[in-house]
Amino acid sequence: MEPIIEVIGLGKRYDIQHRRGEYISLRDVIANIFKHPFNFAKTKAKNVAGFSKKSDFWAIKNINFTVERGEVIGIIGANGAGKSTLLKILTGITPPTEGKAILRGHVSSLLEVGTGFHPELTGRENIFLNGAILGMKHSEMQKKFDSIVEFAGIGKFLDTPVKRYSSGMYVRLAFSVAAHIEPDILLVDEVLAVGDAEFQKKCLGKMDDVTKNHGRTILFVSHNIAAVQSLCARTILIEKGQVAMVGETRDVIERYLSNNLVRSGVVEYPQNLESDAVIRRVCILNKDGEQRSELSVAEPFKIAVDFDCNQKIADVAVSLLIYSRDQDLLLYSSDSDSTEKFSEYSPGSYHALITLPEFLLNVGKYSFEILLHTPNIHLYANVKNFGFEIKNTDNPRSIVFQGNHPGRLSSILSYKIETNKK
Amino acid sequence: MAITIIQPKKTFSLNDIKELWRYRELIYFFSWKDIKIRYKQTLIGGFWAIFQPFITMVVFTIFFGKLAGIPSDNVPYPIFVYIGLLFWQFFSSALSDTSNTLVSNQSIITKVYFPRLILPISAVITKFLDFSVAALILVGMMFYYQYTPSLIGILLIPILLLITFFASTGLGLFLAAVNVKYRDVRYALPFFIQILLFVTPVIYPASIAGKYSWVLALNPMTGVIQVARAGLLHTAPINWLLLGLSFVACVVLMIGGVAYFKIIERYFADIV
Repeated sequence: MEPIIEVIGLGKRYDIQHRRGEYISLRDVIANIFKHPFNFAKTKAKNVAGFSKKSDFWAIKNINFTVERGEVIGIIGANGAGKSTLLKILTGITPPTEGKAILRGHVSSLLEVGTGFHPELTGRENIFLNGAILGMKHSEMQKKFDSIVEFAGIGKFLDTPVKRYSSGMYVRLAFSVAAHIEPDILLVDEVLAVGDAEFQKKCLGKMDDVTKNHGRTILFVSHNIAAVQSLCARTILIEKGQVAMVGETRDVIERYLSNNLVRSGVVEYPQNLESDAVIRRVCILNKDGEQRSELSVAEPFKIAVDFDCNQKIADVAVSLLIYSRDQDLLLYSSDSDSTEKFSEYSPGSYHALITLPEFLLNVGKYSFEILLHTPNIHLYANVKNFGFEIKNTDNPRSIVFQGNHPGRLSSILSYKIETNKK
Repeated sequence: MAITIIQPKKTFSLNDIKELWRYRELIYFFSWKDIKIRYKQTLIGGFWAIFQPFITMVVFTIFFGKLAGIPSDNVPYPIFVYIGLLFWQFFSSALSDTSNTLVSNQSIITKVYFPRLILPISAVITKFLDFSVAALILVGMMFYYQYTPSLIGILLIPILLLITFFASTGLGLFLAAVNVKYRDVRYALPFFIQILLFVTPVIYPASIAGKYSWVLALNPMTGVIQVARAGLLHTAPINWLLLGLSFVACVVLMIGGVAYFKIIERYFADIV
């Protein structure tokens, strides 16, 4: 049988001009024409003739893969690798510059839950509106209405405007509508990043059910390695806009994690004057102050972060997030944990030193992420996938426990054991 | 079985029209949403659709009709200005809504695919409903002032609406596409609409311009308003030449608007 999705040599080029976020005002354009009329004419002419050497940027290039009917295929890759661009092309939101993709069947996409939800409309009204936007027929929606409401568990709030919903309810309702669209091909982006853990599980279950029992094909783009692992048999790894690997999910994830982990103990980042703040250098120091990415379980160590502020920023926390090898978040720590307030930074260079006590993490491989942010509001800068390893040296446990000591944490607790005198 | 082939986009194809038809339910839902949310949390709700043109008419009658003594082709000034206002408000509100529709729906545009033309089309439909509600006042006024429209006048109304629809949508589509890239439109447009009001015979009769009235005729809304008054109030014989000019002008606007919109359409999601 023919594959349900065929992608042949797909590529997307952005003119740097056309990139999102920076919009231009007509005044600037006109001013430019008058300031450099000759340059303007030259570039225009070049553009028209097609000789322009403008700074093009290929978000993805020469992507080829096929997906069989009923397959759930994962797409992973670092930020900016081109995953989302690929998905936007497949959904038709933006056209490719070259190549072609053939999708055999009805396509629906889920790039965000609750697209088009309007806060003033009630739950009932939003179900219909959102369904229509996602491409459901009105008659189809009426049939599924009860099931949607039940899955979302919003029962008596059906006729309340969604602006009065809790964020949990909102997400549940939105996802519930999405989960009930029944296309042959479903394209899903990071939508599971929202909602509480229990609901996420329910959604994953629903998606699993949809593919296994209804033979639907799902293309699943995610950062959530655990979700990809549990849902997808096959996974595509995208690196720098190209397909780096296609294969068994386990192998692909292994490659992804090993490729993307920095293991040098120190990394320096370029200055970027356009952002308010930028992290310039991160390094791990052992107890003797040497840069290392391998540390002893029995020694405290430090993480040093140098960052520059180009603008004055307020209400800022510096946070350290430690992840296990399989991307579980183990620790979320911030400087505000002890100071109980956020800080303000005027333009300049700063140095942060975070000390981690001995016997915090068990022997094994970890990675961390550093955030410079106003929690939940604004992210100024972050660096992630910074790998390090805790080594089994000078570990008192090794004396009694041979080999690997299980568990993720290794705190040494106080045990007070006495005999009960009779 | 539906097969979607995604490849570098051509500007025009017949499929676009078929696609628009397939998505017709979405047009309905977008208009329905606009109407639903417009008067949420208001006290008098839908009455705003009547209230606004009515009060404008009263104010214009007092200042332009009574105090300034602007002539009104020998019909009572209130009904004279109301016909003008009715079409004018349909035109201007449809124009300003269609030009903003892509930017104000950018969160949807960047997340879901559907033919982008749906957004401006449903915006105009919403405005048409406003027009219909406000037209009730006109019917009341015709009874009050005892005017019987000629049969030809009534038959012409759909054509006048079509011209207004084409003129506002054509211009609106063009501006909507420009607005995606240059947000200047947002600031220039309200100003532009205000100016336009004065070069359209809404508050005065076209005859006031004398030998320069051909300038006014370039504006498709001139023909619409003139013919509406002629048909409903018998202010003058129907000027078929003017009507024809308006029709040609609005068709040119519409074709130009759609063409420009389709050319820019493929970049909407990238630059909005």
